[in-house]
Amino acid sequence: MNQRLRSQVVKELLSFLRDPKSRLALVGPPLIQLFVLSFAITLEVSNIDVAVFDQDAGPWSEELVAQIAAASFVDRVVSVTRAQQLEQLIDRREVLVALDIPADFSREVAAGRRAEAQVLIDGRRGNAGQIALGYLERIAAGIATDLHEARAPRTMPVVTRHWFNPNLEYQWFVVPSLSGILAMMSSIIVTALSIARERELGTFDQLLVSPATPVEIVIGKTVPALAIGTLLGGMMILAGVYAFDVPLTGSVLLLIACLLLFILSVVGIGLAVSSLCNTQQQAILGTFSVVVPVILISGFATPVENMPTFLQWLAEASPLKHFLVIVQGTFLKAMPPAEIFANAWPLAAIAVVTLSVALLFVSRRLQ
Amino acid sequence: MNAAAALSMRRLAALVRKESLQIVRDPSTILIAFVLPVILLLLFAYAVSLDVRGVRIGVVLESDSAAAQSLAAAYAATRYFEVTPARDRRDVADELVAGRLRGFVVIPADLDRRLAAHGERALVQVITDGSQPNTANFIEGYAQGVIGNWLGSRGIAAGGAIELVPRIWFNPELESRRFLIPGAIAIVMTMIGTMLTALVVAREWERGTMEAIMSTPASILEILTGKLLPYFALGLVATVGCALLAVTAFDVPLRGTWIGLLALSSAFLVPALGQGLLISALTRNQFVAAQIALLSGFLPAFLLSGFLFEIDSMPAPIRALTYVLPARYFVASLQTVFLAGDIWWQFVPAIAAMLVIGAVLFTLTALNTRKTLDR
Repeated sequence: MNQRLRSQVVKELLSFLRDPKSRLALVGPPLIQLFVLSFAITLEVSNIDVAVFDQDAGPWSEELVAQIAAASFVDRVVSVTRAQQLEQLIDRREVLVALDIPADFSREVAAGRRAEAQVLIDGRRGNAGQIALGYLERIAAGIATDLHEARAPRTMPVVTRHWFNPNLEYQWFVVPSLSGILAMMSSIIVTALSIARERELGTFDQLLVSPATPVEIVIGKTVPALAIGTLLGGMMILAGVYAFDVPLTGSVLLLIACLLLFILSVVGIGLAVSSLCNTQQQAILGTFSVVVPVILISGFATPVENMPTFLQWLAEASPLKHFLVIVQGTFLKAMPPAEIFANAWPLAAIAVVTLSVALLFVSRRLQ
Repeated sequence: MNAAAALSMRRLAALVRKESLQIVRDPSTILIAFVLPVILLLLFAYAVSLDVRGVRIGVVLESDSAAAQSLAAAYAATRYFEVTPARDRRDVADELVAGRLRGFVVIPADLDRRLAAHGERALVQVITDGSQPNTANFIEGYAQGVIGNWLGSRGIAAGGAIELVPRIWFNPELESRRFLIPGAIAIVMTMIGTMLTALVVAREWERGTMEAIMSTPASILEILTGKLLPYFALGLVATVGCALLAVTAFDVPLRGTWIGLLALSSAFLVPALGQGLLISALTRNQFVAAQIALLSGFLPAFLLSGFLFEIDSMPAPIRALTYVLPARYFVASLQTVFLAGDIWWQFVPAIAAMLVIGAVLFTLTALNTRKTLDR
């Protein structure tokens, strides 16, 4: 590295690391986010309250209610004596689901007929409600199985095995994904600010009149952000392995190489955003307007394959989408190199495009 | 300082005008207040759908019997799956590693014998990609559902004697956009209230223009009010815009009243703006302010407010934490005002909680700002 480039890199790093508040703001929030969010983000349902209006009070309804009350996902069962109370509890969001058991329930079960109970679900929390309904159905089916056992052998039609994550631990999915998301957010904001801050303060013009060439300026802005982002990503991957005990089954070397490539492509986006902005405020808000959609279409919140075709195409242009495949695959699936490369070359392509745009911008400013 | 001097309408008007001009002139505020909300609503309507369908699975047909063929056809027919047929499980196993398939169903060579044995052994095996736990759960559930229906159609009852009949209130078709879009409005408001305010005020501190305003006869109350009123208005305008868009373009009903919606939004803006001000007063640096606003404002509104992930399911310490997040009260109330109606029994405590949090934040800000003038 030549002297000019080196001093520019040092200067960039200093601008973020000199101020103790900035230093803290760089490392602290991502780590706090990793630890808080990895516990908070789960689509399992637990600790819910269930209301029950048992008009039957027979042996089978009591069995059903007792099993629901004992279930691990239920925190509290609220018994009510009027149908309106069920509605009120749901209206006020005090319970997620409410069970309305008709008076002839036990009689129907005992007679071997199909007994129906109604489940009211709060549609404002439709997703959790649907999952809770699934749990309740499992309990009801269990009671029905006990009933049948005496009469005829029942068919257990399906046996399921979950590969890569046998107990479907949600954290095994969330922690590796968050390491990519949080490293992305930090490196993109660091880069976006780097040019914008200089423009706001007027020092960018000084940089332009210096002997540094556009390529050097872009490299000088890229290297520090790349270092910071990769370091953060690496720290979070380490935390995933050692603090969260997520199994790392694939090639660590390839993962690090892909992390570098990923951060490089993200830095390219940051520089491209930065080059459009005149002030830091614009850079931060601009970054934000890019990052939020990128996360939403990356497949983290919901699978890409469920999205409309147009958005699936757009997702291909998002580096995060490809990195999530790589990081999840390397952690849990021992993904073979061929598959990793299939997701790594789009990262390289995105990096080339975005860095070229940034270079183009800097060159144009020079003229 | 007496009350009259503390709040002069003329000075306040001047400050509001200055701040409003700043908003209108900076394209980034327009971006964050009007363009990004539209993009967000679009994404929550079309990209982030929790209604899973068309999951790509493989069906490995190891038998050629009529029963096996008909079972495979049953899997292919459901709209919940998009089936890739295969003859050998090794063909689909690699696809699972690559993530091109999310699971597969193995219909064994001896399916007919297993059927005849009346459930001594499982009929089919389902393998899922556990690296995506949510999809894995979905495949397990629906794979069972398909075979249950198939057995039923062949006259073999697999269902239980107890049937739970679901009735989903407020959202009978269970369209996730109907509860996601009201939640997205809370995110938009957080961005305007907390993120934007934190940045704008931090910038004034960073550049020293805050001190310049402080040296004028304007009181702290006037300065803070003058700063906040325009953003308060901007927040409300954005809310109304989002709500109109939600109702007209995204088919979200507004079963409550506009008064309820505006009351809730106004109450939420108090802590949101307070938080933004406090962050800027404490950090006085745009980068740090952005990071803190992201950490304490945007991400909690996104992930801890009950909007995407159920608060009840979080561990106890995090559940306790959500009680100090204004977004928690706002998201729940917004979903109610859109889907259920004006349930003041829920709104009043929510509004009170938001105002209390706001009052605390403003007090902290006032303390921090006053000190610096004396310094």
